[in-house]
Amino acid sequence: MLEIKNLTVGYGAINALHGISLSVAPGSIVTLIGSNGAGKTTTLKTVSGLLKPKSGEILYEGKNIAGLPPHEIVRRGLAHVPEGRMVFANLSVLENLEMGAYLVRDKKQIRAEMDAVFAAFPRLQERVQQISGTLSGGEQQMLAIGRALMGRPKFLMLDEPSLGLAPLLVAAIFAKIVEINRARGLTILLVEQNANRALEISHAGYVLETGRITLSGDSPSLRQNPQVRSAYLGG
Amino acid sequence: MTELLQQLINGLALGSILALIALGYTMVYGILRFINFAHGDVFMLGAFAGFYLAPKIATFVPLPSVAGALIIFGLSMVICAALGVLIERLAYKPLRKRPKLTVLITAIGVSLFLEYAGQFFFGASNKKFPDILPTWPVTKVLSLSVNSNQLIVLAVTLLLLLGLRFIVMKTRMGRAMRAVSFNPEAAALMGVNTDVVISFTFALGSALAAAAGILYAINYPSIDPLMGIMPGLKAFVAAVLGGIGNLPGAALGGIIIGVTETLVSGYISSTYRDAIAFAILIVILLVKPSGLLGKKEVEKV
Repeated sequence: MLEIKNLTVGYGAINALHGISLSVAPGSIVTLIGSNGAGKTTTLKTVSGLLKPKSGEILYEGKNIAGLPPHEIVRRGLAHVPEGRMVFANLSVLENLEMGAYLVRDKKQIRAEMDAVFAAFPRLQERVQQISGTLSGGEQQMLAIGRALMGRPKFLMLDEPSLGLAPLLVAAIFAKIVEINRARGLTILLVEQNANRALEISHAGYVLETGRITLSGDSPSLRQNPQVRSAYLGG
Repeated sequence: MTELLQQLINGLALGSILALIALGYTMVYGILRFINFAHGDVFMLGAFAGFYLAPKIATFVPLPSVAGALIIFGLSMVICAALGVLIERLAYKPLRKRPKLTVLITAIGVSLFLEYAGQFFFGASNKKFPDILPTWPVTKVLSLSVNSNQLIVLAVTLLLLLGLRFIVMKTRMGRAMRAVSFNPEAAALMGVNTDVVISFTFALGSALAAAAGILYAINYPSIDPLMGIMPGLKAFVAAVLGGIGNLPGAALGGIIIGVTETLVSGYISSTYRDAIAFAILIVILLVKPSGLLGKKEVEKV
């Protein structure tokens, strides 16, 4: 569904990604793990168009989307839940969800998507009129995911959904991610520092180190890999 | 008492005009985090658009008349909206990724350009703004004399404020404006074309400035290409006073500056009329830099 070929991205003279390649099969959850500064967020931002690549291709459903502006990429059914959630703190929960459906003109479809989001995250329905800045971290993460689903995407990218959440909430969020993948058949590219959990729920994984893919494979074998175990899974 | 009320009404009329200009400053700041110092000159262009439109309109709608005034009003707003978009596209957009200071200096350059291009094309001397709106006899209520033009200023301002509130709070574009203002990247990830939102913001702000320009010219019918400087600066102070980036704050700030200025020139001395706005700016920056209704900017890490 998504295929990245030889992608190089830099900030000024410094390259953050040195020609990485990866692919995500339709319907799967693929995770990108790595330490801070490895280039995980840069990868997602480039796919969603927030950053322009220096070279390389990003094939989405067979078409190269590298370098397109974000709103063109969103229109093709690709949603990105950014690191730190970035809910619109000055907007209500309802307005945040409406923003997620910004490109959807059909009122009925918006209503249906909103009902689906409320079914998945009942907490959001309870707080629908609340200003999002007053939500807890976990609720904001639910809102960020719910908002991304409002546009009925075909491909979802999640950047560190577990960041700053209590372990119990992390488990709940990861369970939701699996549920969304199964129920909607939504393809997911998941970036995580919490490698253990990410490999648990994903089908395949890539290890990113200082801008290069150093390891890849299906998730069960990556979890057994001694290098991965010592570097990311705490031995 | 009567005199005080009289001064308050005069101040409200002036304050409304400043409020309309201040909204443009604050909206652009909210979206792009920079002060568009050319905004006061868009106000001037609004008045001149009215000045040049009036004789053309008079050929098919007799002037002064309400219908004619409405047409002039609407057309000036449309013309200035287009100019605002053009200024942003040509002068500011190429600098979007540059330091804010670069854009700020460019804005001052655009301001000077508009002022002196205005002198070149319109002439530097004062012009008498035509009577486009019929004036009713001065109304005496509670022995206050209320000029019909002052009532028009208040009514039109109120309508424009309600219209703006509706656009910002209830429409899809308004929601996108608020989203971009909070976080442009996140808004882009929702499918918002931020360039369109920025253009729309400039159009909206410039249209309000044009409306202010016409209202000003109706009340003080001598116009010249440098007429935008002082009201522009005072409206900027009004926006800071209310809390830059905050729409109700800009409206409130405009009213406060207008009323204070009128009271000072009425009771103390008109010599200090122009100084008072800047005295307020100094005080607000010392005491509450975030403004009356502004929130403290949280530094993002």
